[in-house]
Amino acid sequence: MILEAPKPGRWAWFGWFSIVFLIAAQAISIAISPPDRDMGDLQKILYIHVPAAWNMGICYLLVAIYSLRYLWKRDERNDLVAASAAEVGTVLNGLTLALGMIWGRPTWGVWWTWDARLTSTLIMFLVFAGYLALRAFVEEPERRAQWSAAAGIFGAINYPVVYMSVRWWRTLHQVQSAPSTLDPAYTLSLRLNAFAILFLCIYFIRRRYEAALTERVAEQTLQAAVLGGAARG
Amino acid sequence: MAFRDDWMRARAVAWKDLTAERRSKAGFNSVAALGITILVLFGFALGPDAEAIRAAAPGALWLAALFAGVLAFNRSYQVELEGGALDALLLFPGSRRSLFAGKLLANFVFVLLLVAIVVAASLVLFHVAVPPTWPAMLLVIFLGAVGLTTLGTFYAAMASRSRAREVLLPLLLFPMLVPVLLAAMEATKALLAGDVMRDARAWISLLVAYDAIFLSATFLAFDAVIEA
Amino acid sequence: MIRVTSDSADLAIDARMLARRFGARWVLRGVSFTLGAGEAAGLVGQNGSGKSTLLRVLCTLIRPSTGSASVFGADLVREADLVREAAGFFSPVPGVYDDLTARENVRFAATMLRRPAADADSSLERVGLSHVADDRVRGFSSGMLRRLALARLIVQQPRLLLLDEPYNNLDTEGIALLNDAIRRTLGRGGAALVVVHDVASAMPVVGRWLALREGRVEAIAAPPPVLDAIGPPSPSPAVAVR
Repeated sequence: MILEAPKPGRWAWFGWFSIVFLIAAQAISIAISPPDRDMGDLQKILYIHVPAAWNMGICYLLVAIYSLRYLWKRDERNDLVAASAAEVGTVLNGLTLALGMIWGRPTWGVWWTWDARLTSTLIMFLVFAGYLALRAFVEEPERRAQWSAAAGIFGAINYPVVYMSVRWWRTLHQVQSAPSTLDPAYTLSLRLNAFAILFLCIYFIRRRYEAALTERVAEQTLQAAVLGGAARG
Repeated sequence: MAFRDDWMRARAVAWKDLTAERRSKAGFNSVAALGITILVLFGFALGPDAEAIRAAAPGALWLAALFAGVLAFNRSYQVELEGGALDALLLFPGSRRSLFAGKLLANFVFVLLLVAIVVAASLVLFHVAVPPTWPAMLLVIFLGAVGLTTLGTFYAAMASRSRAREVLLPLLLFPMLVPVLLAAMEATKALLAGDVMRDARAWISLLVAYDAIFLSATFLAFDAVIEA
Repeated sequence: MIRVTSDSADLAIDARMLARRFGARWVLRGVSFTLGAGEAAGLVGQNGSGKSTLLRVLCTLIRPSTGSASVFGADLVREADLVREAAGFFSPVPGVYDDLTARENVRFAATMLRRPAADADSSLERVGLSHVADDRVRGFSSGMLRRLALARLIVQQPRLLLLDEPYNNLDTEGIALLNDAIRRTLGRGGAALVVVHDVASAMPVVGRWLALREGRVEAIAAPPPVLDAIGPPSPSPAVAVR
């Protein structure tokens, strides 16, 4: 299949829009939400932490959907979208973990606790780190696409199972750590930021996809040059 | 007809792997010895306190089985790669799923024996008494071995043919195996503590679910992985 | 993609611009040729000219990066299973299991190919290995291993033989056995593509020579073989393609 290079600059406006939207959403939520009774201003970290976690889930879902589409249609572009979503998802996953720890240290007094959500988020980070490592260690594009499609789908399927198992493991031994109940006053800010991160996420996936596609198109151009030589020769 | 052919092929592959393994012996013996060594090392890590060691036994034995088992999964494809036998295997016409089924079966027998030896060793080393609910314990061993083997055999098909297979297989496999390991450890712990099938039942159903999900998923995806 | 079934079904191999790359390196750069039923062709070229890769692409072990080919009318990629049914690949490495006996190795292949176990025993006899049939393969000489691989090929009875340097390590008798197997295949309406360095061994069976150079077909010559096309560096093919 002959791939076509993405047209440059078509998505630039969307990038600007999502950055402005994020800044606005942050500004609004900092302005309208009062400091938390217990946590004070620390609570504002949740406006990135929670949306990042949600969008991480969306990214991994995209990996599974596009991996399935790749195996179904064998269109290389689906593989590139899955890979881009996995990269963005892993970054959001890392951000979620880091912010969670920064928030947890003053709140719970520890950097880490073996809470179900925390632990399964960490496991997903490791699963998709494995996915990215697999991609890095396999050069042949078709083989890489097929193998990582399987790994991506399996990773996504595994998420609910991991979550369930860790939750059982926790409840059978220790009391569930108190989940942070959110005051209704915060929900608007949270939603705004969730969309802001979603837009940014879409933009990043798109840019990573364009870069990967351009790389593949360059390879194909080289291929045409090599094989064209044969036709003339 | 097609199913019978596939089953014949799967059986032939499993028989071939197990015969070679039985004749060479070195493979299984060294993997089993490694499993026991890991148990001993866990013993050192957990201190000489008998009570602490007994409490940690379920975790230690499943981890020992996992670390030793990973070597078996890579070995199982290594044998094919060394003499160029994988090429010959892939050139046989017919479904590739039968190859996976055969490898899976052979690896399963291998891991089952390995877990049996590790459990026996931990009964001695960790002062664990055989629980009265031992039939349930056998079920846990069986289901746990299926779980480890299914994804182990599947990911080894990829990892053994990539660069850096030594690190790639555990990196891919271990996070994926978290539910099996947790369930097997917890079920073992509950049964050893003389649990009246209350905690253990939930974990056993989790094992069944995990095995069912990933057995079907690997069979569906194997064609895509072994090609190219 | 248009496929002319009636034409290519008669051809043992119909390759159209086959190309294959590994990473950034193009090993095959557009190979087109045909091989008719009943025909045996020799494939020559320097190291790295793409001979082995071409054979591995044709037996479906690796997919072509671009281009297409059919084996007895079956497409390499879309009908790979039919191609595997028709083609028998004789690899330079024997691909047998050291800890199984010779008989077990061939019987295993027979089971996988859905051939009766008796075929395995008779083919071992034909390649002259029946006296060691129940010995473990570990410790076999390389010549014996080649014969064992040949026994497996005889069990398969493929219509198309793809032989990669088949004469290596074979003694005179082994070479005669192999050539006999090739002749029988041709007699059944099959075909053979043989990669050779030692041209003399293949002379009795090969009817046409193909020379590869840097992943392209450089020359096609009728017998006697054009030695210039085989010999090292100097690019002076006596019979150029175009």
